[in-house]
Amino acid sequence: MPKLTVDGIEVEIEPGATVLQACEQAGSEIPRFCYHERLSIAGNCRMCLVEMEKAPKPIASCAMPAADGMNIFTNTALVKKAREGVMEFLLINHPLDCPICDQGGECDLQDQAMAYGGDRTRYAENKRAVEDKYMGPLVATVMTRCIQCTRCVRFITEVAGVTDLGLIGRGEDVEITTYLEQSMRSELSGNVIDLCPVGALTSKPYAFTARSWELNKTESVDVMDAVGSSIRVDSRGREVMRILPRLNEDVNEEWISDKTRFIWDGLRTQRLDTPYVRKDGKLHAATWAEAFAAIADKIKATKPERIGAIAGDLACAESMKALKDLMAALGSPNLDCRQDGAKIGYGPREGYLFNTTIAGIEDADAILLIGTNPRWEASLVNTRIRKRFVRGGVSIGAVGPHVDLTYDVDWLGAGPQTLSEIADGTHAFAKVLRGAKRPMLIVGMGALTREDGAAVLAAAAHIARDMGLAVAASGEQEEGWNGFNVLHTAAARVAGLDLGFMPGPKGRDVAGMIAGAEAGDMDVLYLLGADELPTSDLGKAFVIYQGSHGDQGAHRADVILPGAAYTEKSAIWVNTEGRVQLGERAIFPPGEAREDWTIVRALSDVLGLSLPYKNLTELRSVMRAAAPELGTVDYAPGGDNVSSVTWANIGIPGALSDAPFEYAVKNFYFTNPIARASKTMAECSALCLTGDVKPQAAE
Amino acid sequence: MLADKDRIFTNLYGLQDWRLEAAKARGAWNGTADIIRMGPEWIVEQVKASGLRGRGGAGFPTGLKWSFMPKEIGERPHYLVVNADESEPGTCKDREIMRHDPHLFIEGCLVASAAMRAHTCYIYVRGEYIAERNRLQAAIDEAYADGLVGPKACGTDWDFDIIVHHGAGAYICGEETALLESLEGKKGQPRLKPPFPANVGLYGAPTTVNNVESIAVAPTIIRRGAVWFAGLGRPNNAGTKLFCISGHVNRPCNVEEEMSIPLRTLIDTHAGGVRGGWDNLKAVIPGGSSVPVIPKEICDNVLMDFDALKEVQSGLGTAAVIVMDKSTDMIKAIARLSYFYRHESCGQCTPCREGTGWMWRVMERMVRGEAELSEIDTLLEVSYQIEGHTICALGDAAAWPVQGLIRHFRPEIEERINSYRKSRPVPVSTAAE
Repeated sequence: MPKLTVDGIEVEIEPGATVLQACEQAGSEIPRFCYHERLSIAGNCRMCLVEMEKAPKPIASCAMPAADGMNIFTNTALVKKAREGVMEFLLINHPLDCPICDQGGECDLQDQAMAYGGDRTRYAENKRAVEDKYMGPLVATVMTRCIQCTRCVRFITEVAGVTDLGLIGRGEDVEITTYLEQSMRSELSGNVIDLCPVGALTSKPYAFTARSWELNKTESVDVMDAVGSSIRVDSRGREVMRILPRLNEDVNEEWISDKTRFIWDGLRTQRLDTPYVRKDGKLHAATWAEAFAAIADKIKATKPERIGAIAGDLACAESMKALKDLMAALGSPNLDCRQDGAKIGYGPREGYLFNTTIAGIEDADAILLIGTNPRWEASLVNTRIRKRFVRGGVSIGAVGPHVDLTYDVDWLGAGPQTLSEIADGTHAFAKVLRGAKRPMLIVGMGALTREDGAAVLAAAAHIARDMGLAVAASGEQEEGWNGFNVLHTAAARVAGLDLGFMPGPKGRDVAGMIAGAEAGDMDVLYLLGADELPTSDLGKAFVIYQGSHGDQGAHRADVILPGAAYTEKSAIWVNTEGRVQLGERAIFPPGEAREDWTIVRALSDVLGLSLPYKNLTELRSVMRAAAPELGTVDYAPGGDNVSSVTWANIGIPGALSDAPFEYAVKNFYFTNPIARASKTMAECSALCLTGDVKPQAAE
Repeated sequence: MLADKDRIFTNLYGLQDWRLEAAKARGAWNGTADIIRMGPEWIVEQVKASGLRGRGGAGFPTGLKWSFMPKEIGERPHYLVVNADESEPGTCKDREIMRHDPHLFIEGCLVASAAMRAHTCYIYVRGEYIAERNRLQAAIDEAYADGLVGPKACGTDWDFDIIVHHGAGAYICGEETALLESLEGKKGQPRLKPPFPANVGLYGAPTTVNNVESIAVAPTIIRRGAVWFAGLGRPNNAGTKLFCISGHVNRPCNVEEEMSIPLRTLIDTHAGGVRGGWDNLKAVIPGGSSVPVIPKEICDNVLMDFDALKEVQSGLGTAAVIVMDKSTDMIKAIARLSYFYRHESCGQCTPCREGTGWMWRVMERMVRGEAELSEIDTLLEVSYQIEGHTICALGDAAAWPVQGLIRHFRPEIEERINSYRKSRPVPVSTAAE
């Protein structure tokens, strides 16, 4: 490994590292604006200049490869002068509007100007003004503040994979723009706000609502999709003010999707803040006691097999565990957490997990997508696939209708026909999979919610077994590789399956319960945040809806129990990899609403079936005893158990229909009740569907 | 003075035909096949021995540059890229070569490509050079028809293709890495170095970028021998050079002269002297707009070569001699250059993007005298803040003229500022109410 000296300290560095990284390793701070670890090196801000022995000029440390025997100085007069010079240049045309700038308090330029800038200006000319650009409903622009570091351009081009941002013009007149001033057509566009080192790109929905230093910062987990991105919830008082990503190399790196970032206004609207009971066909506000009494009256009068429970996409593990225990106490076998009707959950746990892990995508060299549009179903999984694609040397094939995934994909066919051809080895892509060292496949919910979902799953498992997708750990290979992946769309799903929130013996699944309700065979339905159901088909059943938002389920309900949204409770979430993650409470639920597991626990008392836990700790230990895989936080099994997977137990082999696959997510911005309550998401959805035209004055 | 027998560009003024037959009669394409058959190492050795330094401005030894190319063709092909994006104000030598002696140039492309194992040569011609582009293409077509270039060029077993590409008129595309970006179809912005083009150049392949003149003189040097070329000019500044003399002279011209000729001799002999006589001379920019100006006292004795001009804190650059007589408003002249660099800065890196505009605005005020005396030092400091801190040399090029002005004409600026103040009524201070 090369050795070099930084300010007299000798450091040994990884081959291929830059001088900047070496300096950091030696503990010397290097100011920078354009450099970002996850983006290509631009070297254009010139803030990171350092002195190198024998070099005639200061060098840009971010771009200079570190080499053996270099002697670097970061604290000489020359370096100080260079930094001050660059800082002065950056500031001459930067407006002095920090007091009214949303970036204030978390601004790289502000911070570094304090450290490296002068105390007065020598620039006596007029400052440059740049016209603001329209970039859609999410990103507010004050382009006069831009320092042309091009981080945003590089992010959108390299990571997000769309070419909607660019630097046009020359010299002083360069401007960042979306060219025709349309919104960025990327579901990751919000990340440019974090990347922008100044206040040029800021959050439009958050604009002028809070200052960064007055916010409480709570580390949590996102539930908009099954990726479980690490987030930080910034709150003030009883309101979530914004949501930011948290660094998690295994899951989301440091990006989050726009839905994750801008969902927070949906947490304030359409909220259920008090119990309701339906009387004479109308919902009336009630006390908890009245609501529970109404439920108890109905349940006590109903036979257990005529009671059912369905858990929705945003239910936490604790509430599902409590509800499952309550159903068991009632003696009902009718419960299901798969409200979209996916034919999964039987057989080994590996049969419904994303076994390569998200980070593992970077090791794959052949990828087969089956009935999934990861760009909408799990944006950050798509980002990883793109990252892998950009590095080169990977073949990506897909079975399903053509969509733009931001990377090159071989569209092999639209439906199961192609899948069976790959499974029996007659399709050319079978050869690609067989020839690959680390092949993987991803089955989407679009393929598994069909009538023949179990057969599709079996076909995928067949491919996994026969095409070398599963490789056990051996001498050559330290870790096992399991290339069989199921990509979930619901944050609650894996936890539900782990807990066995599934029909018991002779129990009805979701379709069975709905059909039963319509036919009059089911009398009581307990919907735990289940809104993605045909609620108009529930016949005369007595519907209990427990959830946070007045969405479809609440409209049909006979009793509404107001619950907490994901930012309002400490809860365990399991993502599509089977990674157990802990989300912390940022704020309290509004009004009378309560944390979900406590509602179920309180109801059990009223029913005289008290559940055996009095607090969260007790509940979690009961839960861990029932489902040990929920015990280890922040661990995803990956390929650890690959040798013990019984592939034949995954799915049910059967006839495949000819109908082409459809994707699970029809509208990226409207996938759950919180998103549907969000005005921001509605705006995005409208632009997404109608195409974006900047409003112009009529002539 | 250079003897006629030692001239390389014998049709510099277009008095004879530019076409292949006439060019051959003047000696072009003579023994080219034999040169190629001597092999790359031999050619590079010859050029090294001749002491030829790059004619594009920086004066880097050409033979040494060629020797940086990998010795074997690896995974990627090698490329020769010729920089014909001649945009330096005052410079018009490559234009004349392409107009009147294109075959010498094309032959040079072949010889240089053979020396660096490149089967393909791109010529990036300045966008404004439309007639020159057409002339060059016509000459290349002739060479293809005659088998001089193309498969088995000149009857050797070296396959060689030559492609003319034209720019869109950006000065920055004359910077070698910006030129490569532009040639690849991207925005013309300089790349970070390292890696240098000899390792990662055009399309990521090993590439050498040379000036038209450096390439065009190569065959003649090899034909007549390195010793002949090295014998002209002072040591380390060998050979002949095209000088472009413009400005306040009686007969502006391009002329091929021996290196190290005294500036005064050059102007008096070839340009008919300074307008109004040598004593009417105020200053000279000796090497194109980017080098610092030198005042008459220095012009009296300075020699026109790389080292002599460097000693007087200027440079030979492209050898574009811009002569200014006593009628010149020096501040205005340099302010115009500052405007040029502000306009042509690519905007990629901070010091040049922000600094060129700053300098130009201050210069504009200084032209009117509307400034503080202390601002002269501020301006100088700003120019040093740009110099050496940028990705490419455009920042340096923008800073040097201003530095030259302040170094030699400071009293003139001070005088301008003082007289402006005297012409203004003194503001009467009144007590605040």
